[in-house]
Amino acid sequence: MSTAYEPVIGLEVHVQIKTASKMFCGCKNEYGGTPNSHTCPVCLGMPGVLPVPNEEAIRRTIQTGLMLGCDIAQICKFDRKSYFYPDMPKNYQISQYDQPLCNGGGVMLGKFAFPKETQKDDIASSKKVVRLTRIHLEEDVAKSTHFETSSGIDFNRAGTPLMEIVSEADIASPEEAFAYLKTLQQIVQQGGISDADMEKGQLRCDCNVSVRPVGTQKFGTKVEIKNLNSISGVRRALAYEIQRQSRVLSEGGSIRQETRGWDDPAGETFILRTKEDAHDYRYFPDPDLMPMRTDSGLLSEAQARLPELPHQREVRYMNDYGLGDYDANVLSSDLALAAFFEECVQSGAPGKACANLIANELMASVSSDASKLAESPVKAAHIAELAKLLEAQKINSKQGKEVFAEMLVSGKMPAAIVEEKGMSQISDTSALEAIAQQVIDANPGPVADYRSGKVAALNSLKGQAMKLSKGKANPQLIGETLERLLKAP
Amino acid sequence: MNVEYVAKLARIDLSAQEIETYQNQLGSVLEHMDAIASLNLDGIEPTAHASPVFNVLRKDEIKPSLPVEDALSNAPKKANDLILMPKIVE
Ligand SMILES: [Zn+2]
Repeated sequence: MSTAYEPVIGLEVHVQIKTASKMFCGCKNEYGGTPNSHTCPVCLGMPGVLPVPNEEAIRRTIQTGLMLGCDIAQICKFDRKSYFYPDMPKNYQISQYDQPLCNGGGVMLGKFAFPKETQKDDIASSKKVVRLTRIHLEEDVAKSTHFETSSGIDFNRAGTPLMEIVSEADIASPEEAFAYLKTLQQIVQQGGISDADMEKGQLRCDCNVSVRPVGTQKFGTKVEIKNLNSISGVRRALAYEIQRQSRVLSEGGSIRQETRGWDDPAGETFILRTKEDAHDYRYFPDPDLMPMRTDSGLLSEAQARLPELPHQREVRYMNDYGLGDYDANVLSSDLALAAFFEECVQSGAPGKACANLIANELMASVSSDASKLAESPVKAAHIAELAKLLEAQKINSKQGKEVFAEMLVSGKMPAAIVEEKGMSQISDTSALEAIAQQVIDANPGPVADYRSGKVAALNSLKGQAMKLSKGKANPQLIGETLERLLKAP
Repeated sequence: MNVEYVAKLARIDLSAQEIETYQNQLGSVLEHMDAIASLNLDGIEPTAHASPVFNVLRKDEIKPSLPVEDALSNAPKKANDLILMPKIVE
């Protein structure tokens, strides 16, 4: 019988912080730009220069920590991490070693953060929290481009503010890793901390992964996978690596502690270096940089700009718009979806009807992938108008679905579609009475049946009335009108 | 503490004679550390900085950078505004 293995995964996520200037000098912090156009003696690592920390980068790191429920250090410092590599001309990177800015905290995995085909799995609804170890602030390194026989270095990125978010080894599958990264990406985007575009390297992820026999507690030997540049790439790399390690172990082999890269086109990981050449970073406090106190304004300034968090938004939606907990949860868990909903209700459209249309029709139309909302021809104005038509009973819910389907194809506004298709529902009392009277006059048989106690005869009359009105009569109201006229002396 | 190892980390090429000299010198520095380690330091907070100065920070403002030509002026090889070096692999 073969042993089943389970993975243990921890992620180290680097997030570039959106600031005007770099971390320790006044050079512009900008993606792209002419190579080496944003440099100065500080970020080129010239001897004798003095770095001065950017207070905004510190504030934004604290804000991230607050959004993720971390403890913010009262006092912390910067350390030097020594290593030799052409992307770091000082031969050390300024980072934080034993006193990071943020400790602890966690990331709750929202249902819609999971890959869409796994959103129905139990784990997606379990509100699992992946604990964080720490978040520290450091400087990014230069960007290297590799050519045939040489490498080229662009120092524009060198010295830009970077935070590293380190998780505990709480992640139990590639899908959870996917949801963790999606959630983290949304939170830093929502907080205005970073654009977190993985393709631009604004969010980068290294994975630590090991496997162990199911049911055992002891961690296996871990392997680090570096240089992953998409969230789906992280998922695929982990799936491959888990399978590779499980196969090695089940064939009686052992896992070496090593760093591997991910070859996306080939769909496999490959060895970068083994533990023997592991770095010795010789961290020590940077003598050029004085320690930081967060309690002298930095913390309160970060607190003051905290955005509304998903669970706070969920409660507000239930209270302000009377949404049910399902709709409130769906809409609040995703920033794009929440923004879409708020745009709908801002025009005075009824919240509940909007929520219903968004959580059901609209989400189904984008295969539950909220990031595709922007591409949909159905905009907030469409949903708001449709919700108003439904609320005012101008059309019934069945017609509403028809209108939605048409909007999805043509992008036309709902009122125009209703007009075009002659769908307007008749709810006006005198118009309904006229139709009902005509049906009563034309159907003496069923009328007599009803009056002699055969209540079911009403259905046949109602059917006649709907037919007469070409389906436009409000079905409930026409039934009531018929009943009222038939019972009248 | 092995001088050869430290020299390797610091990318310094030392002769056998230098290794011996520096091993002795480093030894006496480390002996001094032993003297500190032998003191009773109970209740004394570890300090990274001796002066009680915190938050020497700057506002997030852009200052002019070097012209690209100046930034590249020390580079032995350059092309397309990049500093070129022998091919590096992680
Ligand atoms: Zn600079």
